[in-house]
Amino acid sequence: MVSATSVISKLTGIALAILVIATINFILVHSAPGDPALVIAGQSGATDAEFIDQIRRDYGLDQPWYVQYGGYLKKVVTLDLGYSIRQREDVSTLILERLGPTLLLTVSAFALSLVCGVIFGAFAGLRQGSWRDLAISVLALILYATPVFWLGLMLVLVFSINLGWFPAFGYTDIRAAGFGSWHYALDVMHHLVLPAVTLAAIYTAVYTRLMRSSLIEVSHEDHVKTARAKGLSEGAILRGHMLRNAAGPVVTFAGLQAGALIGGAVVVETVFSWPGLGRLTFDSVTARDYPVLLGLFLVMSVLVIAINLLTDLIHRLVDPRIGAR
Amino acid sequence: MPQVLKTFLRRPAGAVGLFLLLLVILMAALAPVLYPGSPWEMTAIPFSRPGENGLLMGSDTMGRDIAAGVVHGARISIVIGIASTLTALLIGVTLGCIAGYAGGTVDGAIVRFTEIFQTIPNFVLAILLVAILTPSIGTIILAIGLVSWPPLARLTRAQVRSISQREFVQAAKCQGQSTFSVVVRHVLLNAISPIIVLGAMTVAAAILIEAALSFMGLGDPNYMSWGYMIGAGRTVIRQAWWMSVFPGVAILITVIAINLVGEALNDALNPRISRA
Repeated sequence: MVSATSVISKLTGIALAILVIATINFILVHSAPGDPALVIAGQSGATDAEFIDQIRRDYGLDQPWYVQYGGYLKKVVTLDLGYSIRQREDVSTLILERLGPTLLLTVSAFALSLVCGVIFGAFAGLRQGSWRDLAISVLALILYATPVFWLGLMLVLVFSINLGWFPAFGYTDIRAAGFGSWHYALDVMHHLVLPAVTLAAIYTAVYTRLMRSSLIEVSHEDHVKTARAKGLSEGAILRGHMLRNAAGPVVTFAGLQAGALIGGAVVVETVFSWPGLGRLTFDSVTARDYPVLLGLFLVMSVLVIAINLLTDLIHRLVDPRIGAR
Repeated sequence: MPQVLKTFLRRPAGAVGLFLLLLVILMAALAPVLYPGSPWEMTAIPFSRPGENGLLMGSDTMGRDIAAGVVHGARISIVIGIASTLTALLIGVTLGCIAGYAGGTVDGAIVRFTEIFQTIPNFVLAILLVAILTPSIGTIILAIGLVSWPPLARLTRAQVRSISQREFVQAAKCQGQSTFSVVVRHVLLNAISPIIVLGAMTVAAAILIEAALSFMGLGDPNYMSWGYMIGAGRTVIRQAWWMSVFPGVAILITVIAINLVGEALNDALNPRISRA
């Protein structure tokens, strides 16, 4: 059962986190070298003094800081993330347009890395010290040290340029507008393979190492010895007695890694021109479009909090003892 | 200490890691001798393949020597990796000590704050910090330091909490030593070895963040860095694979070396915690 107090404490936690993130945004705008009005306008292309004055009035920059801070928090609560002067569009509209592709990419990468990590880790941990264990461990070590964007480029080099199996960039084929819905979905999947594998690879390495040590730990526990003494087959012991117990910590850790996953999506989307929040981040960095960057930071943080809640739920499903506590 | 060193070197991870790390450090130290002059100088014919025109790793789109960039890039990676880790250590260890030693409400507040910082997508925050404060070596170090401290704070807090219960700490308190002296000389000094290991791992992570930042075009424009080289070579990868392959291999080797050294350090310094 979920108690009311735990729900309330969770909700205050979330509210507190959003408050801290909004405060970081506020401090950043005001600690930027030069005029905050210039930051909001986007550095270049806004040298018109009258225009800057207008921004100063609109954003209340002539008011004391606590009035501005209160005003900013109010805007965040009402989901008003400001206006991108460069793109002539509300920041929230810009972000909402790009949310789908990012969710598709991160959720597929998350699921892929979790499944692969659990399987590889179980393989390595079952035969501790074997050549298979060694090979998986060394591969995990190398993947863990690989810069994500570079891995993406290397996959493009091999699977797209040399072998021609997958498209090197983009979300759909240029002719996709004329495709039927099934054909369209297949085309997106085809484009999704390389970015998702790239993003998943690094986390697969992390989860593999974690699953391996977790499984080794579980294999020494009494209930596993009992199962073995009963004469159960190794496969039945693994499935019935070890896998769930060992996977619990991996799922928890995976939830904590959600922030890093979103960060990874930024560079992966940049490499593959994937039209999501990450690509928008790159474009906004290049154009120094600060209102969009600030909004992105806020939305991505909220996304991470949402993923954390989701993994919490998954963990409850995998390990019913958690909910009982 | 010799015992620690022996355990360290007997691990294959320690020996291999240290060898690779020394290689990278040597490369960084000898950069001005190996490739005098700026790595930004356009000295060769653009798009030369590796081995062509006497260039070990070829040249880039502007005719800059890739090998010179790789060698000089080692310097900036190492400097930023170490400096930002020191920044993270300063924040993390200070907060961890206060939380672990003070306990109570102070501890609760710091733990909550650390947890929030840990959920924030740290790379996105680093991008925001560097973009708004304008990219320079100082802002990059500050940004990476500011996003890397939470794991260090958590570890320090846990260590300090368990060690401050020990009898020798009680004894030091009874002697009338100042709180600062008790925390730094007695608690922290005995809690330091796992923090050193995590610090080593943080250097590796910091190098990866720096590479990703300069790949996004947020590097210090005065220094050649590996991430920048990969970002610049990205658009022409179809014609010129070498421009992005070699700097990436350099990052990979450096990060593997540091992680291996960290793992071996863990086995040598924390024999009880380490795996059998």
